[in-house]
Amino acid sequence: MRLSVRDLRVSFTHDVSSDIVDEVSFDVAAGEVLGLVGESGSGKTTVALALLGYARRGLTLTSGRVLIDGRDLLGATPKELQTLRGLKVAYVPQDPSSALNPTLRVGTQLEEAMRAHPGVITDIDSRINELFEQVHLPTNTGILRRYPHQLSGGQQQRVMLAMAFSCRPGLIVMDEPTTGLDVTTQRHVLDTVRNLCRTYGVAAVYVSHDLAVVGELVSSVAIMYSGRIVEIGRTERVFGEPVHPYTRGLLAAVPSPDRSEILKGIDGQPPRPGHRPKGCNFAPRCPMRVDQCVEAPPLVSVSLRDVRCWRAGETALLGTIASEAMPARVVSGAMILDVANVGASYGRTEVLHNISFRVPADSCVAVVGESGSGKTTLARTVVGLHSNSSGNIEFGGALLTPGMKHRTKEELRRIQYIFQSPYNSLNPRKTVGQIISQPLEHFFDLTRSERDERISTALRDASLSNEFIYRHPHELSGGERQRIAIARALVVEPELLVCDEVTSALDVSVQAAIVELLRRLQSERQLAMIFITHNLALVRSIAQSVVVLAEGTVVEAGLVDDVLERPQHAYTKKLMSDVPKTLTIRY
Amino acid sequence: MAISHTSIQDDSKVRLRRREWLHNLGRAARTPRGAVGLALVTFVGLVAAIGPWEAPYSSTSFETIPFAQPSKSYLLGGDVLGRDVLSRVLDGGWQLLLMALAATIFGVAVGAIAGISAAYLKGASDGLIMRTVDVVLAFPQLVFALLLVSIVGPKVWIIVLAVGLSHAPQVARVLRSAALDVSESDFVKVVELQGVSSARVMSGEVLPNLVTPLMVEAGLRLTYSIVIMAGLSFLGFGIAPPAPNWGTMINENQVGLASNVWGVVAPVLLIVCLTVGTNIFTDAFTRVSLGIGRSERVDVLKSELGVEPL
Repeated sequence: MRLSVRDLRVSFTHDVSSDIVDEVSFDVAAGEVLGLVGESGSGKTTVALALLGYARRGLTLTSGRVLIDGRDLLGATPKELQTLRGLKVAYVPQDPSSALNPTLRVGTQLEEAMRAHPGVITDIDSRINELFEQVHLPTNTGILRRYPHQLSGGQQQRVMLAMAFSCRPGLIVMDEPTTGLDVTTQRHVLDTVRNLCRTYGVAAVYVSHDLAVVGELVSSVAIMYSGRIVEIGRTERVFGEPVHPYTRGLLAAVPSPDRSEILKGIDGQPPRPGHRPKGCNFAPRCPMRVDQCVEAPPLVSVSLRDVRCWRAGETALLGTIASEAMPARVVSGAMILDVANVGASYGRTEVLHNISFRVPADSCVAVVGESGSGKTTLARTVVGLHSNSSGNIEFGGALLTPGMKHRTKEELRRIQYIFQSPYNSLNPRKTVGQIISQPLEHFFDLTRSERDERISTALRDASLSNEFIYRHPHELSGGERQRIAIARALVVEPELLVCDEVTSALDVSVQAAIVELLRRLQSERQLAMIFITHNLALVRSIAQSVVVLAEGTVVEAGLVDDVLERPQHAYTKKLMSDVPKTLTIRY
Repeated sequence: MAISHTSIQDDSKVRLRRREWLHNLGRAARTPRGAVGLALVTFVGLVAAIGPWEAPYSSTSFETIPFAQPSKSYLLGGDVLGRDVLSRVLDGGWQLLLMALAATIFGVAVGAIAGISAAYLKGASDGLIMRTVDVVLAFPQLVFALLLVSIVGPKVWIIVLAVGLSHAPQVARVLRSAALDVSESDFVKVVELQGVSSARVMSGEVLPNLVTPLMVEAGLRLTYSIVIMAGLSFLGFGIAPPAPNWGTMINENQVGLASNVWGVVAPVLLIVCLTVGTNIFTDAFTRVSLGIGRSERVDVLKSELGVEPL
């Protein structure tokens, strides 16, 4: 076994009894890739860093063993670790733009990685050429002399991969290396990783929250929840017929670009380290919870994989996950928003060219595009946050002025906008009650009790209880904050809701809950909605029609089923083929 | 369940939450640094406030020989004109403190308005405000105060105005810096999208997020106010004699340092205690507000950055 982890435990330095992760054990053979999957708070990054013998400030690698070719990293001295890192085990971090030193040329940084282990690579230049060929970076275009900011995100990540493989380590640990990359680049990077591992016989651990990506790449997968591995086994088994209730919940929340189905989130949130319940960490949220769950379940072997659940025997019989299809919706003919020949610029650079599309008064239009396609600029132009625009935007029959300065109060009320980051869109100094009350006070003339009534209703519609009224945003999770942003938008009774990547910053299970909430609200209130996203799969679970944007122009538009199942434009076709699909997940 | 009903019941809980900076003040007072700082400030404050009532003699009458050594009846000896040093010290604090406080509040208010407006309004307004600030900043604080006082005369209001205005630029800079970040936040854009006026956005959304840097600056500025006003008095530009004043005392009693140190040392010690105390307490408050020195809990990262590092 190239990598053997046994009973790894990482805890707080100041409180060793309080663990971040515990009882983590797994093996990875040479040439194989293990996926480490989990949401926020699962501990997957902590485990990944432990594989390098590293713990964040405030944490300690308390006990357990991390064996690389038989050599235990946890017992190594700092000097020994310095030799091992880069040579025996290498790390590819999540964000290449902050992982590369902005003041050094790319070539210098690559050389630095190899010079750190003198004598291992004798001919650095030819090694760099070799690496560049393998990661599909052009060797003759002077990339080596460029600075990181002069490379694209995909190129930067490929440089990071080259750096990691440079000293021929036996183990590579990758922490969400494709986050932030567009779908096509992501596919290239994944293919590169797969080839490199196979060519060099390198073992790899791939940390991710994106099940679709993981499903395509890894041979085995370990699902982590709240510091424990809850299920581990071959990918096709774990994703095909998940046994642990959390895995099942997680897979039910993953959207698929091939089917229009209702997404199911998992209620509640994962417990924070130090606040974990006695017994099974997942029990408070588990639909299969029984009395026995107050005792922590051990890892047992069921149905050809290991599961940490008392009821594993029963859940193994449940088989694949059933999903509920989206109800067919009839789209009425009346259009509430008519965007005609709209262009938008930043300074003198035009980023949107001749955009035209229409939004019916009671249905959801998804606007899909990669980063840089102009979809956020389009949303902001419609709403009035971006004023440097041309063309006509008609709302409810009347022409809207570009920019919000000259729009009427009514126009501003009838179109509401929800921001991407729930961590930035709520005033940290206000309570939830004050946050939702503010637009009510501005737009309507109501008595105190009328306002309170509407606040209460808005919270209820967003599936939040009244006790949230006195809380501050920093006490709440991302999902809860986004719900409050939704409640705030809906409390003024808008006719058009513009959602700009509102779930991109959220975990998969939370994303599912929010998307389903929006779909339900949109349907119940006959609301028009523009749903901006880069995630093609999500589109099928919320929208009736879709507009595909690329480089500032509309490439294709139509009903969701038509565009995604029978794409006409080359770009859409490429997009659909590059999107990672969890083929192995559902039958 | 009607909300108004619950809001009356839970009012105390709401208030606790709303005044988080007040809560932090209390926490700061409980740290070692904060306790020491608070103790020093309280000590000097008490001397200044209660002193006039407790002074054994009049602070202006000639009691003993100049620079008399400390004795049983004159605990700190005599000053340059033979007045009781102890009585003058006890009498000479409250005016200085009150003026320093007034100058600080005035300066911080003007600076805050300038800085926040510059950050939020951007463009031409930003340029205009900050260049004006730069001009004022070019004058050393003491010189600026001296200038105004020598033109108008050593009146209380001009001293307060001069010292206060000389604080405004630094406060404006600090708050502009802090407000720039806040002004770009999405939650500010949310309110702008409703068509709310700029003034309302600044006071309602931006200002509440600047309380910490505001408090910290106020504490620092208070320190400077005290020193500058004492300095003005020392230079002879403060409130005219024979009124007792710590700064003036340092000046007039210098000549007799060889005979009786207390005429100089007593007021100096008090000024130092006040300055150092304010400084240490402000430091403790800053640390508590930013969470420095707390045991490194991962939740801090999460609540601070909104990012889950696990």
